[in-house]
Amino acid sequence: MPRRKKLADGPDWTFELLEQYQAEIARVAEHYRLDTYKNQIEVITAEQMMDAYASVGMPIGYNHWTFGKKFIQTEQTYKRGQMGLAYEIVINSDPCISYLMEENSITMQALVMAHACYGHNSFFKGNYLFQSWTDASSIIDYLLFAKNYIAECENKYGVDEVEACLDACHALMAHGVDRYKRPQKVSMTEEKKRQKLRAEYMQSQVNMLWRTLPEAVKKTKTETLNFPSEPQENILYFIEKNAPLLKPWQREIVRIVRKISQYFYPQKQTQVMNEGWACFWHYTILNHLYDEGLVSDNFMMEFLHSHTNVVAQPEYNSPYYSGINPYALGFNMFMDIKRICQEPTEEDKKWFPEIAGKDWLDTVHFAMENFKDESFISQFLSPKLMRDFKLFHIHDDDKENFIEISAIHNEAGYHSIRAALSNQYNLSNLEPNIQVINADIQGDRSLTLKYTRHNEIPLADSKHEVLKHLYYLWQFDVKLVEDNDEGKPVIIAQCPIPEVNTEKAS
Amino acid sequence: MANFIDRRLNSKNKSTVNRQRFIRRYKSQIKKSVEEAINQRGVTDVESGENVTIPKKDMSEPIFHQGKGGVRDRIHPGNDQYSAGDKIKRPPQQGGQGSGQGEASDSGEGQDDFVFSISKDEYLNLLFEDLELPNLEKNQLDKLVDYKTVRSGYCTQGVPANIDIVKSLQGSIARRIAMTSSKRKELKALEQQLEALEKDPHDHVAQEKKLQQDIVDLKSKIAAVPFIDTFDLRFRNYAKQPVPTSKAVMFCLMDVSGSMDQATKDMAKRFYILLYLFLTRTYKTIDVVYIRHHTQAKEVDEQEFFYSQETGGTIASSALELMIKVIDERYNPREWNIYGAQASDGDNWADDSPYCYKLMTQDLLPLCRYFAYIEITQRAHQTLWQQYQKVADTTPHFAMQHIKSVEDIYPVFRELFKKNTKQVA
Repeated sequence: MPRRKKLADGPDWTFELLEQYQAEIARVAEHYRLDTYKNQIEVITAEQMMDAYASVGMPIGYNHWTFGKKFIQTEQTYKRGQMGLAYEIVINSDPCISYLMEENSITMQALVMAHACYGHNSFFKGNYLFQSWTDASSIIDYLLFAKNYIAECENKYGVDEVEACLDACHALMAHGVDRYKRPQKVSMTEEKKRQKLRAEYMQSQVNMLWRTLPEAVKKTKTETLNFPSEPQENILYFIEKNAPLLKPWQREIVRIVRKISQYFYPQKQTQVMNEGWACFWHYTILNHLYDEGLVSDNFMMEFLHSHTNVVAQPEYNSPYYSGINPYALGFNMFMDIKRICQEPTEEDKKWFPEIAGKDWLDTVHFAMENFKDESFISQFLSPKLMRDFKLFHIHDDDKENFIEISAIHNEAGYHSIRAALSNQYNLSNLEPNIQVINADIQGDRSLTLKYTRHNEIPLADSKHEVLKHLYYLWQFDVKLVEDNDEGKPVIIAQCPIPEVNTEKAS
Repeated sequence: MANFIDRRLNSKNKSTVNRQRFIRRYKSQIKKSVEEAINQRGVTDVESGENVTIPKKDMSEPIFHQGKGGVRDRIHPGNDQYSAGDKIKRPPQQGGQGSGQGEASDSGEGQDDFVFSISKDEYLNLLFEDLELPNLEKNQLDKLVDYKTVRSGYCTQGVPANIDIVKSLQGSIARRIAMTSSKRKELKALEQQLEALEKDPHDHVAQEKKLQQDIVDLKSKIAAVPFIDTFDLRFRNYAKQPVPTSKAVMFCLMDVSGSMDQATKDMAKRFYILLYLFLTRTYKTIDVVYIRHHTQAKEVDEQEFFYSQETGGTIASSALELMIKVIDERYNPREWNIYGAQASDGDNWADDSPYCYKLMTQDLLPLCRYFAYIEITQRAHQTLWQQYQKVADTTPHFAMQHIKSVEDIYPVFRELFKKNTKQVA
């Protein structure tokens, strides 16, 4: 490699300098086979960064008070100095949009470019969840469509109506995700065309379902048939397709919220991996540049300082402790995979026979592409890392008046800790399992949902409030049941709350 | 492979709409907080915005989430003392403890209230929503303060810098058309004649020559008309216009006799703050005159007004007399909008009250836009109240209210200044 001139190390940046760093980073990224969407790098100010925060990572958001609330919160905590702003925000779109803050030094800009524009970007493009659940090329168009559609509804039906509908949808947002079925890709023009047709078609379908005219008489014989025939976990989808009295525009709004929820779902499932991958690559790429003599010692010192802060893991008894830092866990796991490939110990060979001694680049790419947090941890968390982190497992059963250390980082505990940590990232354990089990289409049109406990954990009190929102959408009685110890369903929440035992003849 | 875009100059207030939505939604809570805040304000910080506090539970967005209890398995880093099988006491619940996934920290209970600041304008808007100034009139224009230079048409004379090119050239075209039209008609006629002669088979050499000569003459005459003439020039004209700003003066009258304690004065002070804030919304310049009285009235500064202690009896009319005197000397009612606010605990020399009535109706009220009287007392009303009651019955721009405690101030203020639909029309 011919010796080249060192890149300037700032601390101030210019657009030319950014271009130079970007070009070098791109070259190294290609050397490591990082396949990315085209990058669109936008330089913004701190205020704009707060705007971006408030819209929870959507570059174009529809208007709603909750984003105003988030903005005010961000602004407050930032002003009081309780929180620094993130150095970057990156959006899973094609081209991949990343925001750089103008306050950053050139070192930070280089770090962010390596981290976001090549780390996150390649993750968005390569990971199977993103590939199958999100469509990077159409998201910007879709968000634009959503924003315009909602603005149009506000004009037609009033801000209050639309706000109430969005509130209700937001309450159920986490339950608007298809966990198994893969949605199809649609571009904005198509979406617009379809939207009109869909509105009419859906209304007609709903009308069919709820028609009360004589045809129903025949059906009474098959009354025992439950509707829906299978429990539905995607509550918003169920509402969109089946709620009896929703107006077409309300259905469309339900759909918009559902779609956006779906878009963010993979990010929830790959926090550790995504951040770990991005940290791994900014670390690797910038070190590579340093080895080539392209960046200065100053640059490296500043970079390492920030990097170390990002991937620090406070211990459980530290005042800064707030759970396991996904950056730290992810970064160390990818570094550890590299180590296992390059310098496997006897232990590694026993635990990871399939990767020990293999090509490390192939292996990390394979890991990035084919896993999510939960499976990634159960596949690749090594005993060495558990020792490094000094992980221990606490079993907390509220029936006992003590908590128990059920495993620590030793031979007997590795498997148990790995399984428990993997579970800790399993979304279906973290989000309450609530499914639509019955809509009484023949009778009083009431809707019944069922909560199934995981590990005996009850549903929090907010359920009553959420049901009010659900009632707003469904517009007939809504019940939430849970099986009791004998396996019989008991109502744990309902809306509207019935007045003192009136007869339930109907 | 990358595209840099500098967005720094784009608008930064992407969230403004959302912020307004938020304020709109929580208007009632914010208003309540604003109303409470006015009671804690000093008279000096009228310029600042306000911190607004909303109970967090009022604005939570409920979602289904797991509650407390059940069996939980968590992995923590940094083991320094435990071995497998250790049983330890359950540590006291902490918000967010052991929540690697963000969800739990949202649901933690016992969080602080949501506090945020609103700007001065937002604050005043909320505070004075639905209120209006009674009897607002534009008094005589203030000759001293403001003249604004405004465009007023065009004139034919001026300095070169003010030449309006378009207007001038329009004039030039018009002048040239007007001055050459008869000559051009002639020219056309001659040219036709010449053409006719040339087509004629016979020779008309002399005639043709004469015509050609005439044509040349005419053309040179037309060309001699100047392209632009001083006559064409138009200059932008400017005129000085007086800006209609009206001035207001607010008289604060307060009884500082022995019966008024500091708490009562504080209440009065809050009332004056509100009035002052309210007036600042309409008037750019507001003078405040503080007049305090016991048996004698005295014009004082703000500090002395609120914080110096006096003792003695009470003669309310002395303050009214002084106010009339000050108006007479300094505030010509034709130039100033005069507002009065009097606060008292109701004590007055019984014989003095009828005189107050007389002063009020005959001398003072004709000069004032509005006069508000508040009585801060826990006791029964006395003579002053009864006399003023008579004033209020007959005069629309006199208002009186009774304040018992601090909480009453804001509602009373609203009551005094609530929008009067009849007046608006």
